[in-house]
Amino acid sequence: MLKVKTPKYGRVKRELEKREPKLVELAKKTLILQGTKTSNVLNTVLSEIYHLKRDNAIRYTRKNDSIRPFESGGETSLEFFSLKTDCSIFVYGSTSKKRPDNLVIGRTYDHHIYDLIEVGVENFKRMDSFTYDKKLAPQAGSKPFIVFSGEAFESVDELKHLKEVLLELLRGEVVDNLNLAGLGRVYVCTAISSNRVFLTHCAMRLKKSGTIVPRIELVEIGPSMDFVVRRHRLPNESLKKEAMKTAKDKLHKKIKNVSKDALQGKLGKIYVPDQKVGEMALPNKAKGVKRERREAKMKNSNNERASKKQKEDS
Amino acid sequence: MDTQNEYQVDLGNLMAFDPFHHFTSIPSAREELVAECLSNGTELVQAIVSGVFNLPSTEDIDGPLVKLPPPTTKLPREKPLPKPKPPTRWEQFAKAKGIRNRKKDKVVWDEQTGTWKRRYGYDRVNDDADVPIIEAKMTDEPGVDPFAKRVAEKKERVQKNQKNQLQNLKTAAKAGALPSHVQLAATALPITGTLAAKKKFTKDELGNVAGLASTATASGGKFDKKLRGEKPVKNQGKHRKFLPVVEGSGIGSQEKEQTDRVLSKLISSNSHEILNVDKAVTMYNVNKERKRRNQYGKPSSTRNEQGKSSSTPSKLKPNNKPMKAKSFPNKGKGSFSKKGKGSFSKKGKA
Repeated sequence: MLKVKTPKYGRVKRELEKREPKLVELAKKTLILQGTKTSNVLNTVLSEIYHLKRDNAIRYTRKNDSIRPFESGGETSLEFFSLKTDCSIFVYGSTSKKRPDNLVIGRTYDHHIYDLIEVGVENFKRMDSFTYDKKLAPQAGSKPFIVFSGEAFESVDELKHLKEVLLELLRGEVVDNLNLAGLGRVYVCTAISSNRVFLTHCAMRLKKSGTIVPRIELVEIGPSMDFVVRRHRLPNESLKKEAMKTAKDKLHKKIKNVSKDALQGKLGKIYVPDQKVGEMALPNKAKGVKRERREAKMKNSNNERASKKQKEDS
Repeated sequence: MDTQNEYQVDLGNLMAFDPFHHFTSIPSAREELVAECLSNGTELVQAIVSGVFNLPSTEDIDGPLVKLPPPTTKLPREKPLPKPKPPTRWEQFAKAKGIRNRKKDKVVWDEQTGTWKRRYGYDRVNDDADVPIIEAKMTDEPGVDPFAKRVAEKKERVQKNQKNQLQNLKTAAKAGALPSHVQLAATALPITGTLAAKKKFTKDELGNVAGLASTATASGGKFDKKLRGEKPVKNQGKHRKFLPVVEGSGIGSQEKEQTDRVLSKLISSNSHEILNVDKAVTMYNVNKERKRRNQYGKPSSTRNEQGKSSSTPSKLKPNNKPMKAKSFPNKGKGSFSKKGKGSFSKKGKA
């Protein structure tokens, strides 16, 4: 016999409701964790990524010996952590002789691995090593600009994938309204070669330019690093198709009275109510008539109307 | 994604992409590389900023607010789309009957006390618990406590409603639209997802299992004491019989027949694969040749009266038929060989 089980406390219920699938989803949370062995560089990378995404990330600091995202069976505990923390992006750091300073960035769909990309970190420069005017330091949680440049991001498969994953990782929350005064930081990603990407974090300095659009200057505030792409795994087609469904696809409302024509483009049909031209009062203010006469006419008409009213009353 | 001077700009994500940028020569010094990346990045940021600052803005205390367009870059969801909740039994019924929901007031005028009281819940209107005296009727059974009866009836109603609720939740669970805070399992925590309910064994299944258990002795249950009311086993295990592999007459040949049948079935279903193309082509060619010859040789055949089947003119034909005709009248082959054999054997003996 089945038993209906509901949470005992309202707080638990609310937490569960937060996690249920929604038509329009909130920002994805990020889980940052590491394997059994990490290097000094990698520890700093992970903690600085966590620092940058502080408002929407969870950092696990213990060693995890059973996580190997690319191997079958090695993703079990990762998927469990994803379920437990309700995170759908993860950043996993590990280092080995074969793959030094290894960073695996991946996404999950329905708490199962969706895609994975593995990058090596090189030429890492930590935040502390940059010196700049502290007034420029961006506010935590402000929406960053993300900039990609390089033809390799379109031509090379791995970089194309990396671009999508980095965008998802760095973009923060999708917002409707944006405060222009709060803009202050930029992630710059440049493809240097077919498997190397330079990523840096900059502050923005808005300068007057005489127009409403200010002139921008970038000041590097770190961290900055090179990503060398190693392995990657794309989602399979059916899963991708399912994951790409949006609420809009489903709630596609039929628009009335609008049709599309190959020749004329978008056509609309407008309902115009009966204008009752016959009943409309004519503006009896011809300019050619002399002023006195015009005034006299106005007076007369006023009198007429008044008399009519009186008649009605009586 | 709108293209602003060859950049792809996604204002919803504040993202810009320059798909044409490439280094003419990658600078060896790190500083130069960074400087070049930043200068290129500045241009891209400028493109986004000009897009954002040109959006219509409203003034706020904290600064100008702009309404961002939705992101154009398609990114995957983190969870599947929620499924629509199936209608409950009542909702189905109400729809069929055309019953519509009416709003009811939360409080109702209570005539007994002359105050406004809640419709449901604590201190509610027309609460049975408030009635101190129940008048006896002629139809009442003696010895039944009317108060206890009323409580029991109420309990029954509540139970019935709970049963209906469970039924509706089950249908919702089947459609995958169970509310997130409800779980229909007794064992697991809600966070780990729903577990399938344990299967209940039917009477037949239990009987079968009991029967199998009773035959699991050395004698196959033959000499075991039967319990009172125990029925004989319905589905006894199959006894497989294998045909002898060694060929012989009678049952021995059945095995071969069986395999032959399977093989021919397989071959017939895949017969298109067995088609020998070379052979088919030669056959076709031979036929064609014969036809051609036929047409060519027809007038000659009528002259010679050799027969319609002859394909070549009689003069060109190798003269082997007369030879055959000679050999046949003797009926030689059989007899000839016999003779030979006989003679040989005699010789051997002698």
